Amino acid sequence: MDFSALSPIALIVSLMVAATPILIAAIGELVVEKSGVLNLGVEGMMIIGAICGFIVAVETGSPWLGFLAAMAGGAAISFIFAVLTQYMLTNQVATGLALTLFGLGFAALLGHSYAGIKPPKFGTLDIPFISDIPVIGPLIFSHDYMIYISLAIVAGVWYFLTRTRGGLVLRAAGENHDAAHALGYKVIRIRIMAILFGGAMAGLGGAYLSLVRVPQWTEGMTAGAGWIALAIVVFASWKPWRIILGAYLFGGITVLQLNLQAAGANIPVAYLSMTPYLVTIIVLVIMSADKKRASLNAPACLGRIFHASS
Amino acid sequence: MKLFKTILAGAAIAVGLAGGANAADKLKVGFIYVGPTGDFGWSYEHDQGRLAIEEALGDKVETTYVESVPESADSERVMTQMALSGTNLIFATSFNYMDHVLNVAKKFPNVKFEHATGFKRSDNVSTYSARFYEGRTVIGHIAGNMTETNTIGYIASYPIPEVIRGINAAYIAAKKVNPDVKMKIVWVFSWFDPGKEADAATALIAQGADIIMQHTDSPAAMTIAEEKGIYAFGQASDMIQFGPNARLSSIIDNWGPYYVARAQAALDGTWASTDTWDGIKPGMVEIGAFSDKIPADVQASASAIKDALAAGTMHSFTGPLNKQDGSVWLKDGETADDGTLAGMNFYVEGIEGEVPQ
Repeated sequence: MDFSALSPIALIVSLMVAATPILIAAIGELVVEKSGVLNLGVEGMMIIGAICGFIVAVETGSPWLGFLAAMAGGAAISFIFAVLTQYMLTNQVATGLALTLFGLGFAALLGHSYAGIKPPKFGTLDIPFISDIPVIGPLIFSHDYMIYISLAIVAGVWYFLTRTRGGLVLRAAGENHDAAHALGYKVIRIRIMAILFGGAMAGLGGAYLSLVRVPQWTEGMTAGAGWIALAIVVFASWKPWRIILGAYLFGGITVLQLNLQAAGANIPVAYLSMTPYLVTIIVLVIMSADKKRASLNAPACLGRIFHASS
Repeated sequence: MKLFKTILAGAAIAVGLAGGANAADKLKVGFIYVGPTGDFGWSYEHDQGRLAIEEALGDKVETTYVESVPESADSERVMTQMALSGTNLIFATSFNYMDHVLNVAKKFPNVKFEHATGFKRSDNVSTYSARFYEGRTVIGHIAGNMTETNTIGYIASYPIPEVIRGINAAYIAAKKVNPDVKMKIVWVFSWFDPGKEADAATALIAQGADIIMQHTDSPAAMTIAEEKGIYAFGQASDMIQFGPNARLSSIIDNWGPYYVARAQAALDGTWASTDTWDGIKPGMVEIGAFSDKIPADVQASASAIKDALAAGTMHSFTGPLNKQDGSVWLKDGETADDGTLAGMNFYVEGIEGEVPQ
């Protein structure tokens, strides 16, 4: 076994790359759930974002336009969910699952002629001198831009939810939609905006996968990342900063176990692979065991259908 | 997700049954795939085989498939739906469908089943596999010659005999031409997860691997190899479009001829439960064109190995070979029998690490 070949800096850098798709998707879903909507279609929105971003990046040669297109694509498909659940009052769980199925199939259709194409390279931060400082340089100042953007998004969501009136109204819709409605807030409109934001973020996360992490398009390439993002929202108990913790922990364990294996460490791989899921289950059990704490964290109207007449 | 996708697909087949009941004289052939048909790897090649049946037998057959079927009880539901909807011949194309195939086969004695890479058979269950390890011997030979860091990275899926056989075959061939060669193995416990496969490739490269081999289904590792400027081999499909500079050669699965023959046998009423294990010679395993990055003398010796394997004058596992613990496995000149190969659960001497249990 040779641990000297294990570079902690390289590890941290690759864990951030591995975690960013689920981080971005999870922060979007957090906002959706805070507004009282449970959208299980994250996987479908991610894969739509992955292919939309990939197509536009390849056609225009600009990864930035690709990321914008991914957000538009993710938001567009989430709009279907929004119309179905908010106006037609369909069951959110079933609609979300349908969205995932639709997204996976539709993305495969869109991406049919895009397999085997190389997307344009996405830039990394490179400040003269500062990016070359040992340790701090590669650790803080040399990532690709999207990693900084993802962290900025988390900060922005935290600020919006906890420090602004808009965030308060959104949370009110999620906690008690009847009361919010009685106060004159447009519950449906708030929720639709939250769903569109969630779709855009899922799309962005998906595009990070197809443009930066793997860079290629393969059918079904999200391979369950959307479900992990959903789990991380619960793991984070609907708190924005904990999303970072959850996503990096998840990405970290994945990357660490792969690196330990490559270094020849004799570790029980199967157990390490399931650790993140186990932790999520444990968190769920702890949360549901304490009714008070659960009601404090989970939005009280999560997944419940709102109609102004009821 | 996959579960629901599967249920939906099953429902779609059930609906198809209602409409297609009058096409009774056609042979209905069903396929279940572990990944999407667009993975450009394993499932893609099986689907090419399905298309070969359609092309060869035309309107005498009707084919259906369900993709991304988990290797769990879900696969039983999918196969049951297929059998109920009048499918006569079902190809289950992944190792861990094994027991589920047998369970369903017991319930439908008139339906014929074909299970890829498995070893359990019954009256209406055949097994078939390709001697991929012959291909591993060829690419192992190339890798051993070409690695400069003497480190070959190997992305493995699940610790099943087929995968372990591939690792051993590649290592033996590489070691023969390069006594200092080391093989770093990473198990990702998935057949298809491009993100994880890419992370595994990155980890192996960080640990000094300059040639990557894989036994997973997506071309993610090839993409990373291309990006990092190292070499890799196409797996199941050629994958050259994902790594025009990185790809040295490839092991290509060619299921078409076998699938056509089995469908024809079912049509003729001559189908019987068999075990097929074909290699380079009948063309079930193909070696992709050599890249011009491979020196001419290595190309020549690799071709010679390929020809010798096809001719049967060489065997991938020829003694003297020891097991990892140093005990003797094959004496000088002795070759491994198919039974041992089919159940292989140990590394040969020189490979570091343990087979995960």
